[in-house]
Amino acid sequence: MTLLNLSGLTKAYPGVVANDDISFAVGKGEIHALLGENGAGKSTLVKTIYGLVKPDAGAMSLNGAPFTPQNPREARSAGIAMVFQHFSLFDALSVAENIALGMENPPSPRDLSAQITSVSNDYGLPLSPDSIVGDLSAGERQRVEIIRCLLQNPKLLIMDEPTSVLTPGEVETLFGTLRKLADEGTSILYISHKLDEIRALCHHATILRLGKVVGTCNPRETTSSAMAEMMVGFALSTPKKASDSTGETVLELRGLSAPAPHRFGTALRDISMTVSAGQVYGIGGVAGNGQDELVAALSGETKTKGDMVCLSGQPIGTLPPNARRAAGLCAAPEERNGHAAAPDMSLTENALMTGNTRMDLSKNGFLNWHKARDFAAQIIEKFDVRTPSTETAARALSGGNLQKFVVGREIMQNPKVLIVNQPTWGVDAAAAASIRQALLDLADQGSAVVVISQDLDEILEIADSFAALNEGRLSAPVPTQGLTMEKIGLMLGGATEQEAAHA
Amino acid sequence: MLKLEKRPQPSKFWTYAAPLLAVVITIVLGMGLFAFLGNDPILSIKTIFWDPVFGEFAYMDRPEVIKKAAPLILIAIGLSFGFRAGIWNIGAEGQYIIGAICGAGVALAFYPTEARWLIFPLMIIAGLLGGLLWALIPAILRVYFKTNEILVSLMLVYVAEVLIKAFSIGLLRNPDGFGMPGSRNLRQYASAANNEVIAGTGMHWGAITAVFAVIVAYILFTRHQFGFNVRLAGQSPRAAGFAGVNANRLVMRCLLLSGALAGVAGMFEVSGPAGQIMGSFPSFYGFTAIIVAFLGRLHPIGILLAGLLMALTYIGGETAELTLNLPSAAILTFQGMLLFSLLAVDVLTNYRFKFAGAEVR
Repeated sequence: MTLLNLSGLTKAYPGVVANDDISFAVGKGEIHALLGENGAGKSTLVKTIYGLVKPDAGAMSLNGAPFTPQNPREARSAGIAMVFQHFSLFDALSVAENIALGMENPPSPRDLSAQITSVSNDYGLPLSPDSIVGDLSAGERQRVEIIRCLLQNPKLLIMDEPTSVLTPGEVETLFGTLRKLADEGTSILYISHKLDEIRALCHHATILRLGKVVGTCNPRETTSSAMAEMMVGFALSTPKKASDSTGETVLELRGLSAPAPHRFGTALRDISMTVSAGQVYGIGGVAGNGQDELVAALSGETKTKGDMVCLSGQPIGTLPPNARRAAGLCAAPEERNGHAAAPDMSLTENALMTGNTRMDLSKNGFLNWHKARDFAAQIIEKFDVRTPSTETAARALSGGNLQKFVVGREIMQNPKVLIVNQPTWGVDAAAAASIRQALLDLADQGSAVVVISQDLDEILEIADSFAALNEGRLSAPVPTQGLTMEKIGLMLGGATEQEAAHA
Repeated sequence: MLKLEKRPQPSKFWTYAAPLLAVVITIVLGMGLFAFLGNDPILSIKTIFWDPVFGEFAYMDRPEVIKKAAPLILIAIGLSFGFRAGIWNIGAEGQYIIGAICGAGVALAFYPTEARWLIFPLMIIAGLLGGLLWALIPAILRVYFKTNEILVSLMLVYVAEVLIKAFSIGLLRNPDGFGMPGSRNLRQYASAANNEVIAGTGMHWGAITAVFAVIVAYILFTRHQFGFNVRLAGQSPRAAGFAGVNANRLVMRCLLLSGALAGVAGMFEVSGPAGQIMGSFPSFYGFTAIIVAFLGRLHPIGILLAGLLMALTYIGGETAELTLNLPSAAILTFQGMLLFSLLAVDVLTNYRFKFAGAEVR
C-alpha cells in the first residue's frame, strides 16, 4: 500500500538541475532510505515534499490524492513531519516550552507535559518535559524534535541525517523508536550517507546522484560497497597510511583544566594526553562534551597555565594563537561559518586569516595580497575546492567545499601538530575520503594529527589511538586496532578503560 | 508581493550605486517636502546642491564647504575603524570638545610668545592626546569592567559640554575681554592660528590632515594587518579570535584612534573657523560625523565624498534659509532623509527583490 508517490519531480536552479525526473514511492509503514552524496539533490527533494520548494515539473500524491503543499504548514496538516539535521531549539527554555512554540494551537502547559510524557514513554524516548534544553545532550535534543513531530501524529516522518550527533547507544534507542513507529504504520523517509545504518534499519533504498535516481535496492541484501559505488559513481578507495612508525612526543597535555566559557559550555577537567610525531590520535565523543573547548585551549583562543599544553617540550599554554602557529600548532575548528572561516570574506582573505604567520604573507604588518592569493589558489587546487575564483565570498561555497578549504588551509601550512574538529562534517563521501587521506599523508610526513570526531567510523578508519571525551574528561587512549563499537560505546558513556576492557 | 532574497555575494554594483540612488531619492523626497512647505522645489534643491559650488557666490561658499567638511571627514575616518569592528564610539563630540580645550589651552599657555614652529605642533599633539584620553575612559571601562561603550562615550559628551562652558568663563577666559565669556581669539595669535594653507580655498591645516587621514585609512584597510583585523572582528568576532586578533586590544586601539582624530579635529576647529573656546563651540560635528561615516559606507573614499556632501547641505541649507526663508527644521529633516534613504537602499547590496508567488528557495 503506497503512502507517498513521486513521479517525474524536476527542479532546476540557475546553473544546476537539483532534481531531474525523480520518481519513487514510499509504502505505508515502510522505512525508506534516501541515499546520496552532498549535492545529489536530497535536500531539494525533501524540501519539495515538505512544501518549502515547488517543483518545476512532476507530481506527488499522498494516499492516492494529489498532493501539492504550498508551504510547510500545509504539508504538516497533511501528515508530514520532519526532523532537521540542525535543531531549532531555544537553549534557555524548557522542553515543553520549546515544543509549544512550534505548535499552531498549543494545549495548556499541563496537558502538553502529560502528552510529552506519554509519547516519550510509548516510544522509548526518555525525556522530562521540564528540563531546560541547554542542559540536554545532543541525543536528548533530537528526542525533543522527534516528540514535537510525533505529537502531530504524522503519516510520514522525514529524518535528515539523524545519527550524526548520537552515540552508538543512542543510535540503537533511536532505531528502536523508528522500528516501532514503522510497525504502527508510520512511514519514514530516512536520509543518510551512513551505509551500515541504512542496512540495519531500512526496508528500501533510493539512491540519488547529481539529481537523478541512479538505483534502488533492498539494503538488507546489498553490500555497503555496492551502495557506495552507486552513490558515488565509482569505486572508493579506503584511505591508507604508508607507515605506522611514530616518533618522539610533540604535543603533551598535562592536567589541562579550564572553566566553562559560557553557561551552556563544558569545563575541561584534568585532561592529559601525549601525541607523537606521525601519530593520528582520535578523540570521539558526542557533541557538547568539551570538543569546542578543547580545540580552543589548543588553538590558543582559551589560555591556560603554561605547562598544561606543551609543544615539543616547550610550554605554550599562555601563548596567543599566532605564536602557537609560529611554533608549529595549527587547528581547524568545527564551525566553518564564522569560526574557522569568515563567511563574508573572500577565499584569499580567509587564506590569510590563519596562513599569515606560517606562510609569511605579510611584512611589518603590510599584507602581501599577491602571496595570499597564490596560497588560496594552491589550497583550491590541491584540495579540489569547487569555486569560481579565489575572490569568491566563503559563504557562497557549499559546506563541503568550504570544509575542504578550511582543512586544506591548515594542512598546507605543514604544521608539527594539527588539531582538527569534525574534519568531514557535512562533506560528501568522495571528498571525505580525500580529506582523510590528506590527514594521513600529513602524519606520514611526521606531523602529529589530533582528529576530534563524532563519526566513530572515521576515527576507526584513520586513527592509531582512540580516546573518548565525556563531560570534559578524556579517557586513557586505547589502540584502534581491534576496537569494537560496544567498547567504544562504553568509553563514550564515561566508563573507564578497565571496565570497557571487561565488557 | 515583493520578497527579499539574500544574495550569495554582496553586489559590487549596488555597493557603489546605492549611495547615488540614495542621494537621488533624497532629492526627490526633498522636493516634495519643500513643495509642501510652499517653496519652489527646483529652486530649493538648486540653492542647496548647485549654488554653493557653481552659483554666483560660489567663490565665497566653496571654502566654507571645505572648512565644514574637514572636521566631519577627520572624525568620521576615526569612527569608521571602530564601526567596522563593531565598537561604537558615539561620543566623538565629547572627544572633539576636549581636543579643542587641550589644543587651545596649550596655545594660551604660551600666549603671547611667537614661536609657531613649536606652538602649533604642540597644539596638534595636545589635541590628539586630549581626544585620546577622553576616549580612554570608555575604552578602559569596556575592557576591564565590560561596560557599554555606547553609553559611557555618549554621557561623556555632556561632561565635555559642561567643561567647555566652565573653561570659557573660568581658566581660559580672555583677560582682556571685559569679563565676557570666551577665550582669546586664536586666529589673531599668529603662532596658534590654523590658517588656510592656500588662501581663498578653505584648505586649512585640518583639511590637509583630513585628506591625509583618508589616504592612510585607505592603506590601512586595504593593505595592512590592522585594517584586516578590524574588518575580520566586525564580520565574525569568533573567527577573529581564532585568527589571533586580541579583542580587548582592538577595542582599545579603535576607541583611542577615533578619540585622537576627533580631538585633533576639535583643535583645528578652535584654532581656525571657530577661533575661540566658548560655550557655543560644540556644533554637533561629532554626531554628524556618525552619519557621514555611514553615508560613506565606512569606506575612506566614501567618507571623503559623504563629508563634502554633508557640508554642502549645511552651507546650501544656510543659504536656502536666508534667501528662500526655508525653516531650519526643514533642512535638518532633509539631512535626516539622506541617512534614512541610504539605510533603506543599503538593503540592495546584500539582498535582491523577488516577486513572491514564485517559490522560496
